[in-house]
Amino acid sequence: MAKLHIVNKSPFERSSLDSCLSKSTEGSTILLIEDAVVGALKGTVVADKLTAAIANKNVCVLGSDLNTRGFTEAEILDGIKTVDYAGFVDLVAEHSNVQSWL
Amino acid sequence: MSENIKKFMFVNTKAPYGTVYALESLEVVLISAAFDQDVSLAFCDDGVFQITDNQKTDGSGMKNFSAAYKALGDYDINKIYIEKESLEERGLTLDNLMKLTYEDEDDDWAEKDSIHLVTRAELADLMDKQDVTISS
Repeated sequence: MAKLHIVNKSPFERSSLDSCLSKSTEGSTILLIEDAVVGALKGTVVADKLTAAIANKNVCVLGSDLNTRGFTEAEILDGIKTVDYAGFVDLVAEHSNVQSWL
Repeated sequence: MSENIKKFMFVNTKAPYGTVYALESLEVVLISAAFDQDVSLAFCDDGVFQITDNQKTDGSGMKNFSAAYKALGDYDINKIYIEKESLEERGLTLDNLMKLTYEDEDDDWAEKDSIHLVTRAELADLMDKQDVTISS
């Protein structure tokens, strides 16, 4: 059963994104919110790991949290989808199982 | 009074908004400006995200306090050090950051850059020279 994984900590400070990437299975969805959104940016030290995840997982980022930190959709890795709050709700509704990585 | 001036450095290492560290530190910095000390700010690790340009918080409903950094120059806080390696690790350059300037009273109020890009080693040396280091 495909799961929704939610990460809210910066990957440059905590290992929760790493843990999530290593324990989420093919076809699952990973949503980056709050301080985790900066992990979606191009050219970072975690970009390769996320690019690898995009190949077989559905990676999304919460757009309003990205804008809050001074970034736009144009600055994130190709293949990562931007969602708004309504999209966030849809993701939660579509998945019977949600795991938060704190 | 002058013999009592100490070198204070505020070291900012946390991203804004996700936790309250950035906002709290900024408030302490602005308070410290009232005590005529030699104040400098350092931004390293995720702290560099505190001063990104174009922060827009309407969507998230967070309080946007980024404009307050632009006021630091008016409080005579004009030594702002950004760690080069921290920017690079995050895919950023100085172009992603706000322009922080001050008016130099000793140079006919010419507008000058407050931001200094330093290496990790240079920042370590600067930290070493402080009387008081407050990190968040």
